Amino acid sequence: MTMSAGSSLAARAQRVAAVAAAHADTVDVDARFPQEAVDAMIAERLLSIQIPEDLGGEDAGLSDIAEICSLIGQGCSAAAMVFAMHHIKLSSLVSHGADSDWHRAFMRRIVDGQLLLASATTEGGIGGNLRNSICAIEVADGRCRLTKDATVISYGAHADAILVTSRSHADAASADQVMTVFTRDQYTLERTHVWDTLGMRGTCSDGYLFQGEAPAEQILPKPFAEIAAQSMLATSHLLWSAVWYGIAVNAVARAQAFVRAAARKTPGVTPPGALRLAEASNLLQLVRSNTIAGLGEYEAARADADRLSSMGFAVTMNNVKVASSETILSIVNHAMLICGIMGYKNGTPYSLGRHLRDAHSAQLMISNDRILGNTSNLLLVHKQDTSLTG
Amino acid sequence: MQQTIRDILTKHGGLAMPVDQIADTADLYAAGLSSFASVQVMLAVEEAFDVEFPDNLLNRKSFQNIAAITDAVGSLVGDREAVA
Repeated sequence: MTMSAGSSLAARAQRVAAVAAAHADTVDVDARFPQEAVDAMIAERLLSIQIPEDLGGEDAGLSDIAEICSLIGQGCSAAAMVFAMHHIKLSSLVSHGADSDWHRAFMRRIVDGQLLLASATTEGGIGGNLRNSICAIEVADGRCRLTKDATVISYGAHADAILVTSRSHADAASADQVMTVFTRDQYTLERTHVWDTLGMRGTCSDGYLFQGEAPAEQILPKPFAEIAAQSMLATSHLLWSAVWYGIAVNAVARAQAFVRAAARKTPGVTPPGALRLAEASNLLQLVRSNTIAGLGEYEAARADADRLSSMGFAVTMNNVKVASSETILSIVNHAMLICGIMGYKNGTPYSLGRHLRDAHSAQLMISNDRILGNTSNLLLVHKQDTSLTG
Repeated sequence: MQQTIRDILTKHGGLAMPVDQIADTADLYAAGLSSFASVQVMLAVEEAFDVEFPDNLLNRKSFQNIAAITDAVGSLVGDREAVA
């Protein structure tokens, strides 16, 4: 184990964040996988921290993982998003695979080999709603086979295993889904779409024709509807928010450095950007409070499947996601106003182009309009909690 | 009560098969009940029985199958009659 100087999670994450930051610009410009940062995650054994101790992991809570997402996100949002997406998939295994021998053994393999998990939930023709599938898994003689037109598999070509959603059988309704783990030796990927995007370029979220075959016991033993409601949606919104918070923190840090440099040059005169910085700091605190409150809600509900499946919990998580994703854009924009041309230009200590482009993905990864539509439907029957502190 | 619930499911459930082919304990989500449709069903049930679902019943389990919906409505109607 690489646990040299400083073996706390924060110290290990800081070392990864430093590597991620050093390569963030080339990852972005070349739209390439953040291999150095992921290698550092592997060296620091951060890919298995969420796994229970009895399976060899470290039993890290979602708040610990969110902290790491934020730290890495301050250096490189693509690397942080890869880390977040891996742990979102892992949360489904930890929450819903604990009673299955195959999935328990697989979690041990993740610990031993520091395996990277990817996700194939998006499919051509479903219109972006991951709670619907067209493809169906075929089960026969203890084997399962699946072909999926996956329009997006983030870092699919770099993953050691992919968790794939599908209808549970050939005659199943589109929302009657299961999720299956396929390891790299059990599938082929034929690239169908190239990820050439405005931001988050290093996630390499290419589209693929996925074709896999595996023992049927690799199908997670719970309906995907439950997995989505009880682990995936909540952990997605929370860990994404943590990554986005990291992007915003770094943008504000750059803006603050700019204002301080100006203040030092002209002592006695408050630089014009200082007021904007105060506003940005205000917004940053909102995102932080929002994310922390959401994490607290998740940790409190974690052991209670009914609470995790409740409308109130879904509304709360939806609100965390929408608020974080919208607010970080305002924050990065404020930072840009503060740094001016030095922020607009690439290659300065105050450059913010990458932050701004990466931050724009936040409103789109699960479209805020779709999420607000879902919340507005829930609010037809759900009554708001009128207490301040719960 | 159950027939009314079945009628509501026919109208608002968006299910993949006719409701009379669905057993009381069969999983409605597996039969295609979406999260959107489950809210529409709840609203129609509230209107039909003049009840309001409290937050502790607003979860997947309460609408998992026809028996669960019947139980939930029964408990709400029962509560009202006990008060009256």
